[in-house]
Amino acid sequence: MQDIDIADLKRITELVYQKYNYDFRNYAMSSFKRRMLRIMELKKLTVDTLLKKLTDTPNFIYEFLDELTVNVTEMFRDPSFWRVMREEIIPSILLNHKNFKIWHAGCSSGEEVLSMAIMLKEMGIHQDVTLFATDLDINILERARAATYHVKNMELNEKNYIRFQGNATLKDYYKEENGYAVFNKDLLMNVTFRKHDLVLGEVFNKFDLVLCRNVMIYFNQSLQNEVLKKFHESLFKYGYLCIGSKESLIWCDYASRFIVVNNEEKIYKKIKD
Amino acid sequence: MSAIKLNNSYKAVVIGGSAGSFQGVIKILSQLPKGFPLPIIMALHRLKHVRHGFVEALSIKSVVQVTEPYDKEAIKKGGVYLAPANYHMSIELGNYFALSTEEMVNNSRPAIDITLGTCAYVYKEKLIGILLSGANRDGALGMKNIHDKGGLTIVQDPAECMIETMPKAALAVTEIDHVMKVDQIVDFFKELDKQYR
Ligand SMILES: C[S@@+](CC[C@H](N)C(=O)[O-])C[C@H]1O[C@@H](n2cnc3c(N)ncnc32)[C@H](O)[C@@H]1O
Repeated sequence: MQDIDIADLKRITELVYQKYNYDFRNYAMSSFKRRMLRIMELKKLTVDTLLKKLTDTPNFIYEFLDELTVNVTEMFRDPSFWRVMREEIIPSILLNHKNFKIWHAGCSSGEEVLSMAIMLKEMGIHQDVTLFATDLDINILERARAATYHVKNMELNEKNYIRFQGNATLKDYYKEENGYAVFNKDLLMNVTFRKHDLVLGEVFNKFDLVLCRNVMIYFNQSLQNEVLKKFHESLFKYGYLCIGSKESLIWCDYASRFIVVNNEEKIYKKIKD
Repeated sequence: MSAIKLNNSYKAVVIGGSAGSFQGVIKILSQLPKGFPLPIIMALHRLKHVRHGFVEALSIKSVVQVTEPYDKEAIKKGGVYLAPANYHMSIELGNYFALSTEEMVNNSRPAIDITLGTCAYVYKEKLIGILLSGANRDGALGMKNIHDKGGLTIVQDPAECMIETMPKAALAVTEIDHVMKVDQIVDFFKELDKQYR
């Protein structure tokens, strides 16, 4: 396998920033480097031919973004997190609002937002909740809209759902067609999928609950710090922010504007504007 | 032991292991000299969807509490770290951890190659890499990275391994400085510790 040095990584991120207005300059170095090596291997490119392709072939950027981003996800990932959602967080939001809004930032292929929709449906409040699901990668958003997954992924999803202790079986929510699990589109009726970049994008709405799990691990600390400010602005006072189980925000400037509601599941609550 | 030339220039130890490595890891951690000065960074294959139990099981006998680092957590001298379930664990320039959920590598997440490879990149010749028993080839390339950067490489003696595939794969792709039984690795840590006193 070829190697790539920091100077070359900088040439790539600068070009992508200048020409396409995507800013990967503050992504975590180790995983970003592996993504670049992976793209180069998959597309049979060297650093120079990659730079040339990015310069000469504007459409290549979408393929580039799709390969660069890590889209690995699961339904009901961390079942214990979802149980806390169902038993504590959503009920506490419902104490004050019948209708509320949720944002899935970095929704990838949609498994997380679909899990949320199923949970809300089982709680009988599906129709009262507005969901936004955003990602930088437009190809993955298409897959999320389709809500169609290879059956080989369903074994894990089913396992997670069982550990979540849902009140049906996951099979009740999809039909199998040619080796794919096609989810019932009604589940997504209140979901708006849209392209949004957490790094350069503006705050676009206010939410009661934001999920951004396993997205900021791809950012370095200074970028995590900036993005947390955006989440702070996107939350109503006393709104909740959920991050991945192995993420931490304690070193961010805005950490003191949140309290930890559940440290194990990494659920925070905004307490100060 | 006397054949091994040791010094106090090392900055970290990284350990990879899979099937059959648990007992060895326990033995090493339970006999670690008190106040051992280097961080010990471990990538061990484990059940992907069981978040709890493993680090606790390792900690019971370990001299030092084992922790699963958070993303971007700083690496401390003398800390003993374990890659968390279902995440790859990298080391970044600047001496901190970075976690990721990328595709599995060698059918594994955490992948030993990723942890070993990034350690090699950051610590270069100041790294000691140890690969224990295991049933697949994960870790072999990582050991090669360590050797290529000038680090010290050790594998568990295949004759002693419950499953020898992993150390054998490493022996096949790169130069391994020492083949040791777990007891010898335990002594190695004691000798290494003396270099820093
Ligand atoms: C590993 S997935 C997380 C999926 C899900 N939240 C989970 O925890 O399983 C990370 C997603 O973040 C998206 N992403 C990366 N950088 C982003 C950015 N700057 N803005 C928005 N989304 C981004 C990627 O495209 C990818 O789909």
